[in-house]
Amino acid sequence: MIARYRSRSRVARVEELWGFLLISPWVVGFLLFTAGPMLVSLYFSFTEYAFPLKPAWIGLANYVRAFARDELFGLSLWNTLYYVGLAVPLGVCLSLMLALLLDRRIPGRAVWRTIYYLPSIVPVVSATFLFLYIFQPDYGLINGWLWKLFEVEGPGWFNSRIWVKPTFILLALWSAGGPTMIILLAGLQNVPGEMYDAAKVDGAGRGRRFRHITLPLLSPTLFFVLITGLIAAFKIFGAVYVSTQGGPFYGSYFYVLHLFTQAFSHWQLGYASALAWILFVIVLVFTLIQFRLSGGWVHYEGETDNRAS
Amino acid sequence: MTAGDAATARGVRGPIQTWDVFTNILTVVLAFVFGFPLFWAVSSALKLPIELNVIPPLWFPPAPRWRNFIEVNDVLPFFRFMGNTAVITVASTVGGVLTASLVAYGFSHFRFRGRQAIFILMLSTMMLPMEVTLIPTYLIFNELRMVDTFWPLFLPDWFGGGPFAIFLFRQFFLSIPRDLSDAAKIDGCHVMRFYRSILVPLSVPVMITLSILFFQGSWNELMRPLIYLTSMTNYTVSVGLMFLRTQILANVAQRGEPTEHLLMAGSVISMLPSLILFFVLQRYFIRGVIMSGIKG
Repeated sequence: MIARYRSRSRVARVEELWGFLLISPWVVGFLLFTAGPMLVSLYFSFTEYAFPLKPAWIGLANYVRAFARDELFGLSLWNTLYYVGLAVPLGVCLSLMLALLLDRRIPGRAVWRTIYYLPSIVPVVSATFLFLYIFQPDYGLINGWLWKLFEVEGPGWFNSRIWVKPTFILLALWSAGGPTMIILLAGLQNVPGEMYDAAKVDGAGRGRRFRHITLPLLSPTLFFVLITGLIAAFKIFGAVYVSTQGGPFYGSYFYVLHLFTQAFSHWQLGYASALAWILFVIVLVFTLIQFRLSGGWVHYEGETDNRAS
Repeated sequence: MTAGDAATARGVRGPIQTWDVFTNILTVVLAFVFGFPLFWAVSSALKLPIELNVIPPLWFPPAPRWRNFIEVNDVLPFFRFMGNTAVITVASTVGGVLTASLVAYGFSHFRFRGRQAIFILMLSTMMLPMEVTLIPTYLIFNELRMVDTFWPLFLPDWFGGGPFAIFLFRQFFLSIPRDLSDAAKIDGCHVMRFYRSILVPLSVPVMITLSILFFQGSWNELMRPLIYLTSMTNYTVSVGLMFLRTQILANVAQRGEPTEHLLMAGSVISMLPSLILFFVLQRYFIRGVIMSGIKG
């Protein structure tokens, strides 16, 4: 085959032509919707661009503005880190618990799995409205229960500057638990059962089996869902935009909301582009950490693995 | 499954059975937590305004008011929003699956210069947040006079459908021996005929899995419809639902009676297509999630 390739026969040239032809939709799309816009947006980030006026070069001023003068930038970054830092680790723990619960012999396994997974297919706007209703401070179900069961006056949830972030975290736990659980369940089923049997013979208890067998063998998968979860959570937008719009008192003013407001409410396209590039760098750092620590692509057993060479 | 066997072996021994009871109860309690909000949405969507916020809460409205699902359409043209979203979703799914499979065919069954480098470049675009390209892309569609049309919402999917779709198809096509396509080429079987008569029929499961991912992406998307669609007749379900709430809050201020039943009816309608699709194609949904665990 190599010889044929080197000789560059007519057949090989025709093959090459077909190859280029077939991937051409991607190449055109890449230039038009990825590479081009990327370069343009990088250029915009060094300009003052109050759409529809023309962009004017201002060097690093947008980045200086973000880090030195824009209080909302710092606030949105803090809010986002607060949200991500709690929602993602808690979410992974919850999903791990769900996966462990289902990785047993239990009647109606498929039914439980379906119920845990169902919230994740609810569109984000519907899910948010559902939570707004259930967590309504005056007549919502949750505060009603809190009062009836514990005689506790429930907090304002979405209406409270303090509670609004935890409430969005609860929403994230409810709607993102399922898919992560599925991935972890696939990981758990790759743990060889003989290892548990051997450990039991050696007298290892449940806790030690979990710590010394399950956790280490599952760690690449856990790490993967942690990082991808971080990246996804960092970009939270829809749920906030349709409910609190960043309020009350900027309590839920998250990073992408700031970016979106700068771009499509204030039409400060230059500054918004700088914010987008800062976001890109943050995502890139997460991705590189993931790539470095996992040593490449994460692999699962399954039909995609039997690739022909 | 093997860990499940270990669990039964544990159970047989006897003394640790309290642990099994505890975990079983936990399983049920968590199912309640995950399932209850959905039940509440449906229950509230079938109520009269006076049945909404009563104490104690009314779990099953005695006379389910199915008309709520029609009345939503009187507040805002909700069924039209459904239709709009369906058009966009179908256009983006068809384009994405079709072009992704063609591009993946090129990457998997043809040798050409720089193939590996281009493929890695293609994969690396997975890291790029769409927020980075959002503004220039908006300006492009603005120049093309396509703002307030559906084009910006599905056209980009017709250029290969994104790195993940291409990656998934390529992985699958690689499992179909090249000898087969080489033989086909020598036999004078046309390149596109091999694609049509061998690759497409074999990759139906992959296509269904990807279609679901495209469907979910389009149906649930909020940011781009928000930016591109300016007149109400063009709204998608997500944007329309958002305006439904604004409208309903305004009505509440006017009339003073709760209208959450309509908001919940709208929410239930908008999640219905996903739910139906899920129950019909459940194993493909699960597969899609596990596949997305591979992309890294």
